[in-house]
Amino acid sequence: MVYYNDMDYYLGIDVGSTASKCVVVDASGEIVARGLHPTGAGTVGPRACVDEALAQVPDLPSADDVASSCATGYGRHLEAWTTMQMSELSCHAKGAAHLFEGVRTVIDIGGQDAKVLSLDEGGRLVDFVMNDKCAAGTGRFLDVMAGVFGCAVANLSELDREATEIAAISSTCTVFAESEVISKLAAGTPIPNIVAGVHESVVERTHGLAKRAGVTPNVAMTGGVALNDSLRERLERRIGLPVATSPLAQFAGAYGAALHACGQGGNA
Amino acid sequence: MPPTLPLLEHAEGDLGYSSDLCAYARISLAYADVGACPNGERDMPLPDFVLCCNNICNCMMKWYENLGKHLGIPVIMIDVPYSNDYDIDEKRIAYVGAQFRAAIKQLEEITGKTWDEDKFQEVCRRSSECGRLWLEAASYTNYKPSPVNGFELFNHMAVATVARGREESVDAFRMLIDDYRSFVANNESNWHAPENHRIMFEGIACWPYLRATLTPLKEAGVNTTAMVYGPAFGLTYRTFDEMVEAYCSVPNAVNLERSVELRKQVGAAGKIDGGLVHINRSCKMWSGFAPELARRVSADLGVPMITFDGDQADPRNFSEAQYQTRVEGLVEIMESTGKGA
Repeated sequence: MVYYNDMDYYLGIDVGSTASKCVVVDASGEIVARGLHPTGAGTVGPRACVDEALAQVPDLPSADDVASSCATGYGRHLEAWTTMQMSELSCHAKGAAHLFEGVRTVIDIGGQDAKVLSLDEGGRLVDFVMNDKCAAGTGRFLDVMAGVFGCAVANLSELDREATEIAAISSTCTVFAESEVISKLAAGTPIPNIVAGVHESVVERTHGLAKRAGVTPNVAMTGGVALNDSLRERLERRIGLPVATSPLAQFAGAYGAALHACGQGGNA
Repeated sequence: MPPTLPLLEHAEGDLGYSSDLCAYARISLAYADVGACPNGERDMPLPDFVLCCNNICNCMMKWYENLGKHLGIPVIMIDVPYSNDYDIDEKRIAYVGAQFRAAIKQLEEITGKTWDEDKFQEVCRRSSECGRLWLEAASYTNYKPSPVNGFELFNHMAVATVARGREESVDAFRMLIDDYRSFVANNESNWHAPENHRIMFEGIACWPYLRATLTPLKEAGVNTTAMVYGPAFGLTYRTFDEMVEAYCSVPNAVNLERSVELRKQVGAAGKIDGGLVHINRSCKMWSGFAPELARRVSADLGVPMITFDGDQADPRNFSEAQYQTRVEGLVEIMESTGKGA
């Protein structure tokens, strides 16, 4: 438990499509608390992740007591109690710029969005490319696939490591890919090989986005999918550059939002 | 329910067309079958013949062919090939011109009327005057601040699109210019928001969501001061050959280099800080073209160009939340990099 007295705190909340994340920073931009709830916009998730974070800061009894707050993510406009709302693009860029030194390209794969952000040397967002309306290549795609395999999405990385070969998934559509996976299962293809194929399909789409945006090192990955080491390593091999990540990758958006609330760094 | 949806569903269900087909085509083909608007408004009589010119779209060739077969009516086809060269050469003008002359004969046979050269010259003169006035009206967005809400051009362009040869259209554009001129003189604008940023809107409007596409821009103080799509219908010509050349020079028929140059010209004139590019799911050709177009314009003008997914007429192919995020991202980039006011 960390105790702070007479300090200003700044809160960032990232209300995504599949999870809600909250980060509290102090006036120097240091993270003092964080919370995560696996449900997103329009659910109890936002409140729950804020409560979880606030419980870690005894001298911060409620969200009303923060000096400033910023909401980001698809559900940001539902969080009217916050001081400001910003797009997850700028927030992920700012969060990543603070998490990864010298980062110029940020690959963020969230629940329903995959995006590649280009940052300048000062860590400012200067360009971005996002996936189209389709959910292929996003966290939701992996969720659906994990459901077919009957495993937790967190176990996909380990399964991939057991693969002896890649069972290619040719469909880019999530629904068709699901059918393809079921066909492969029915044909007796080992699950780890199919998982490797699923990961490769995500990597291919992400690589396409990255090529469109342009890849400048250093490259970092944020969002929940960044915690999938096997997928990230496949992405490294495809891009041909190291792709950094952090245990806080999933909090990058909320962290960036908190930094925006705090007025830290250049962007906006 | 969006009024086009029942027609789209009719095309996909009763008529068996793929949902990947252009939404204009699906709606038109469904209307030809149903013969009435689903909401009971604005019914149009069905045609006695169809005249298809593919200078803006190659899908139209099969679409109109199917219309002709479905309705049992003649199809007149004028093929305007995509120009891989920067300029329109004489061979193309001769090829397309010959088709127009053949079409005139076909029309004489179908309608029983004879070609009236004097009337043609009169309509040409009026159309050119109308085109010139439309371009002049649209150019008022170049003023900084703009006296015009740029999205308004999406409304006024209808006159230039379907009624360019009518005297009333000439009058309408003169009135519009008078309005804009008085706005400038009185330091007024019908853009009732701050003009923090000025952008180019590239591509066709997302018609089912005009308000939804404008509102986030307005809330962020982003006026659209450059576009190619609306003013593209401001065509000027004096002779038959010049008319044919104009048909060959519409934005969808010219090559990438010329398309880029056109965007750079209107972008510079509109003093843009960034751009929003509509990736129109209905138009496969333009969806392939637009990202590279945007990349080149962005590099040459030094402004961010952001794409969003939508559709010209299928309301199911657009997400307001995704659009809003992209607009906010664009605004945040323009602000962080010092673009705009």
